[in-house]
Amino acid sequence: MLKRLAGWGLSTPATLLVVIFLVLPVAATIIATFLEPKGLFAPYQAFFASGFRRSVLWRTLEISLVTTFVSVLIGFLTAYVVSRTPGRLKSLLIIAAVFPLLTGVVVRSFAWLIILGKNGILNNFLISIGVTDEPFSMLYTQWSVIIAMVYLFVPLMILTLVGVLENIPDDLIQASASLGATPAATFRQVIFPLAVPGIIVGAVLVFTGSFTSYATPQLLGGESQMVMGTLMYQRAMVAFDWVGASTIAAIMVVVTVVVVLLMTRVARRLNPMAT
Amino acid sequence: MTTRLNPSLIVLTVLVYIFLMGPLIIVLGASVSDTSYLTFPPQGFTLHWFERIFEMGAFRRTIITSLQIAFLATGLALLIGIPAAYALNRYRIQLPSWLSTLFVLPILVPEVVLGFSLLRSVAVEYQTPIFATLLVGHTLIVLPYCVRVISASLASFDFSIEEAAISLGSRPLKTFFTIVLPNVRSGVIAAFILAFITSINDVSVSLFLTGPGVSTLPIQILAHVEQFFDPVIASVSVLLMLLTVAVMAVVERTLGLTFLAK
Repeated sequence: MLKRLAGWGLSTPATLLVVIFLVLPVAATIIATFLEPKGLFAPYQAFFASGFRRSVLWRTLEISLVTTFVSVLIGFLTAYVVSRTPGRLKSLLIIAAVFPLLTGVVVRSFAWLIILGKNGILNNFLISIGVTDEPFSMLYTQWSVIIAMVYLFVPLMILTLVGVLENIPDDLIQASASLGATPAATFRQVIFPLAVPGIIVGAVLVFTGSFTSYATPQLLGGESQMVMGTLMYQRAMVAFDWVGASTIAAIMVVVTVVVVLLMTRVARRLNPMAT
Repeated sequence: MTTRLNPSLIVLTVLVYIFLMGPLIIVLGASVSDTSYLTFPPQGFTLHWFERIFEMGAFRRTIITSLQIAFLATGLALLIGIPAAYALNRYRIQLPSWLSTLFVLPILVPEVVLGFSLLRSVAVEYQTPIFATLLVGHTLIVLPYCVRVISASLASFDFSIEEAAISLGSRPLKTFFTIVLPNVRSGVIAAFILAFITSINDVSVSLFLTGPGVSTLPIQILAHVEQFFDPVIASVSVLLMLLTVAVMAVVERTLGLTFLAK
């Protein structure tokens, strides 16, 4: 009894902070969308009735899915090499992945603004080697957003997977080889299945991160490539349409929660280590 | 004996690392270019753009605000996060299991949603001061790092040492500061660093909570880029990268670089 009291006492300040300033406000935002005088689901009907808003939702899903797929692919292959690199070089490669991760989203997105801009480095380079006379407009396209997001999330994916792949013992890989499996077969049948839970954890982080991002699509996509995050900001802070913004917030929360729950369930089922 | 790697995989890894480092090197180059526009490779060499940052009131003010918020939010989060992490480990059986989930909620809830909800239900509803609301938002987003990281170090702490000290007559609070806390020192340092860097770089929560007169550096950078495309932003970015280098150096000194590999 005394112990329970002590436990609660010590965790009360943190509990209160989260409940008062996160759980209640976020719940209030979501509940407010159902209290509209026009009807229970009116804000959602309005959202899905608008072709523009629907297109924003699909674009956000598309960008997030492509970003997740590319980041997982690149991150997995790179993490595999890093995990099998000896000693000092390995820590150097890990540091080189941590450094961008700790550098802010704004800085890393801004870097791509310099590269992809109309007078940007890539265009100047292409003009100087005579590939084109006119600069390409690479900025404010779906691809500019995706490139910058992949750039954002590959380090996260590498670091998530290096730990997982390191735990696969070398003996296991050698056993597979000595039993006659080609390196490709070992990779496909031994290494990949063992890494699946880690891949899913990473993929969830990347998907939810890109689905709810603001800075990167704002800088590299602008008005023409609006996504859920930028649309929500625009509804709330420019149009002062708070119900509209709350509706977008609620959709974001639902998508994030569904993806997290679904994927953790899938991860648990696919985990070959599970008993 | 280690497994041999496929050469094409090594080539890919080299390319990935060029992709990771290249843009940051370009920003570094652009920040010292003696031109009024952003260019790479830099033309000439000047540190003028770094001086410009501090000549511009908006940047000076937001740098100070960002540092204040980061230190205060991290301090507050540690202040309430350390007891919570301690309780989660020491009284695991007595506390409900959802409590540890509650403390990671700020990571699970989309940051823009949190920022907007704080604006709606707190800042506007109760007319709270901008700085205070911003501080609450930042304390929330760094709390999970504090609780999780310190919990992880406490998990390997043998609480019977603490009981031994108490049974030998040491007062509980003194025992905590002289026995428990020194044993999780590395966890506290790691939590501090992660929290600080998360707060300094935050965009999504600050976005909704900054207002007239009070803004943070990343928000100011976003606002500046919309209007100007000059090397000042590159030099501010370099400052932030230097902060990252400093943070990594601290980690290396105190915890060793193997910590980063975890």
